Amino acid sequence: MNPLLALFRREISVAWGRGGGPLLAVGFLAAATTLFPLALGPAPGPLAAVAAGIAWVVLALATLLTLDRLFERDFEDGALDLLALGAPPLEAVCAIKCLASWLVNGAPLALAAPLAAIALGEPPRAAPLIFLAALLGGLAFAFVGGTGAALGLGSRRGGLLTAVIVLPLLVPPVIFGAAAIADFAIGLDWARGLSLLAAYALGAVGLTPFAMAGACRNALG
Amino acid sequence: MISALHLSGVTLERGGRVLVAGLSARVAAGEALAVTGANGAGKTSLLRAIAGLLRLSAGEIVFEGVADAGEARRRGSHLLGHLDGLKTARTALDELLFQARWSGADESAAVAAAERLGLSRQLALEVRRLSAGQRRRLALARLVSAPRALWLLDEPLAPLDAAGRGLMGEIMGEHLARGGLLVAAVHDPLPVAARTLEIGG
Repeated sequence: MNPLLALFRREISVAWGRGGGPLLAVGFLAAATTLFPLALGPAPGPLAAVAAGIAWVVLALATLLTLDRLFERDFEDGALDLLALGAPPLEAVCAIKCLASWLVNGAPLALAAPLAAIALGEPPRAAPLIFLAALLGGLAFAFVGGTGAALGLGSRRGGLLTAVIVLPLLVPPVIFGAAAIADFAIGLDWARGLSLLAAYALGAVGLTPFAMAGACRNALG
Repeated sequence: MISALHLSGVTLERGGRVLVAGLSARVAAGEALAVTGANGAGKTSLLRAIAGLLRLSAGEIVFEGVADAGEARRRGSHLLGHLDGLKTARTALDELLFQARWSGADESAAVAAAERLGLSRQLALEVRRLSAGQRRRLALARLVSAPRALWLLDEPLAPLDAAGRGLMGEIMGEHLARGGLLVAAVHDPLPVAARTLEIGG
């Protein structure tokens, strides 16, 4: 079996268990979404106006929580040595770890995101677009978040450090995704926001593996 | 195939402290080198530097017989650190097969290696249920099943029992007889004939 395929299968199985797996991330999404009507009041008007934005921020935070220990466990138990010294390049290893995390955590979150947004007052007809945007956004979050996780390797409060590094980088996808959904709700052209989101996600997929591999090498050396 | 490992003038620093200064050594095919020294002398750092994980402050590491050092490290060497790199929540069989596939070995060779290392009854268990010695045996299976010329071993015998050490000596002997090279950081003597390189002090 190809080493990278073997790694992908291992990552899927490890991601399923890491940090409680996808169910816990979806649970966080549901719990955090529930807090907003309680804090802002139950009137549907003001809530519906910010529903898309809230759903996006909660999605970004839920993804961030799943990425906290993407590299940390492998670093602590010595598996990162093995991965860094394998025949495939470390860049490919990092990309596969993020991709597996996206499939295991990002895809269930993308399925849950339309429900959260509709619960907050988005029209149900927006659900397919919200799912698509959450899927693309999740891809960007996974790769950008993975970069933060790699940079935080070995630091004592890696989780917090990861969040501080990553949150500013999540600004563009949050803006693009929320704008696409908001434009759809008021009948404007939503494809612009979605295209920019897709461009950002692809850019992240193409560029961040190099940063992640560099950060991992630095932590190992 | 690596025909010799050549260290010339290797200097290593960690956190501003010089661990190893101007170290030179040569290990040819079929030879074993036992690196000894006090705790903290830099044995692990030296192994990690040979593996390419640690930058040298000065000097050079040459893999004779292979044009590209990166190739020699990625496809020609095994590093077994004092951590075994096993996921505790997965079964021993899953981890065995992953490590073997990642190293380019086939599955039947990996299972045969685990059986030889006395783990046939443990393969269905989660790694967290294995003892330290059993985990080390499991990690050794990839060295046995994926033949590579250079073995870099950090305290390979530490958690093993007497039978395990005997078996390890047998496996190391076969590796050297095939023309393999072996560099091991040890406190106890290696179970095969080896030159000793004392560092630090």
